[in-house]
Amino acid sequence: MCCVRGEATLFEQLDFALTAGEALQVEGANGSGKTSLLRILSGLTLPDEGEVRWRGASIMERRAEFHGQLAYLGHHLGLKLELTIEENLRLALGIRSVCAASRLRSVLEAVRLDHRVDLPVRALSAGQRQRVALARMLLSEAKLWILDEPFTSLDSAGVVLVQTLAEEHLLRGGVMVLTSHQTVSLNGRLRKLELA
Amino acid sequence: MSGIWRAFISLVQRDLLLAFRHRGELINPLLFFMIVVTLFPLGVSPEETLLRTLAPGVIWIAALLSALFSLESMFRSDFDDGALEQMALSPQPLPVLVLAKVLAHWLVSGLPMLMMAPLLALLLAMPGTGIQALELTLLVGTPLLSLIGSIGVALTVGMRRGGVLLTLLVLPLYVPILIFATNAVTAAVAGLPYDGQMYFLAALLALAMTLSPFATAAALRISLS
Repeated sequence: MCCVRGEATLFEQLDFALTAGEALQVEGANGSGKTSLLRILSGLTLPDEGEVRWRGASIMERRAEFHGQLAYLGHHLGLKLELTIEENLRLALGIRSVCAASRLRSVLEAVRLDHRVDLPVRALSAGQRQRVALARMLLSEAKLWILDEPFTSLDSAGVVLVQTLAEEHLLRGGVMVLTSHQTVSLNGRLRKLELA
Repeated sequence: MSGIWRAFISLVQRDLLLAFRHRGELINPLLFFMIVVTLFPLGVSPEETLLRTLAPGVIWIAALLSALFSLESMFRSDFDDGALEQMALSPQPLPVLVLAKVLAHWLVSGLPMLMMAPLLALLLAMPGTGIQALELTLLVGTPLLSLIGSIGVALTVGMRRGGVLLTLLVLPLYVPILIFATNAVTAAVAGLPYDGQMYFLAALLALAMTLSPFATAAALRISLS
């Protein structure tokens, strides 16, 4: 489903494919190109050589279709500090043209933020902001999750939450690529890629 | 099609809401515009005939500089907090989202100047025909400033200190607008027709509206990669 081949400086001859229900954990030391790889996979950066394919077609040729099924969570969460949780989610999904009003409550409950929808994101802790970004990802109904260090600043309950959400996502036939320095347990559906 | 429209509206709504929450910053470009124009009678001369000849140029230069200063903020916060990444990864075409951002920027920076200009024109003893022409040129010219400026901002948003470079990139492109606009107003004050200059400005606007969102979107993708 998905295949990448090399960026000259950081990694070369990199080639892998993921099928529905699979997760890939990218590992490697700091500066080994984990984030670069995720940015290439999401289409934010172009690889110096090779290409990324989604359902057999290059993501650059069918950008809209690919991005419609992609949820990317990078180092910067893309939340507006001045807006409330609800405004953030509603407008971010509006920009993706996803109608989310009906599921907003249940998803916020799932990430345990349902009692603070009217708080501006500025007033939230880093872990809570991460949870808002997770809610946005859930609401986008994406098939492919690309997560860059999703566990940073989450408490232990949050880590468990992300793992549960990820398992549900994989059971629904989703695909996931993540980087993390933590050991992730996902019922054996996890593959690992070590970047030298 | 409705999906694109929904995304466009959501983004304009979001930016206006953000601008409203930052009212203090919102007022800055307008304040700058007003201060520059009101200082002229004090600094140069309060004599009416002199002010009348200077008025079109003074108001337009102030509008242009004020637009230039407000440009920087167009993509800055979205770039810093990752919202721009999310926009680039939206299934909706990026040029449409860019157009929404430019519209929101114009609504909070260009439109207030448009509303304030007649008052300032009166202050500089501009006759009624001139004010009418001034409003028309600003109506066509200020969106043009935002559209052309967006390309420059998109190219420099990745740099920490892109301000000077932005000015160098954008100012030469602003010069034709300034020339046609002030020329139109001067002609109107003298009682001459100014259709020709207006057609030029309108043509530039049509060109910028159709082409600049694509250039800006491409520049943003470069800045993000």
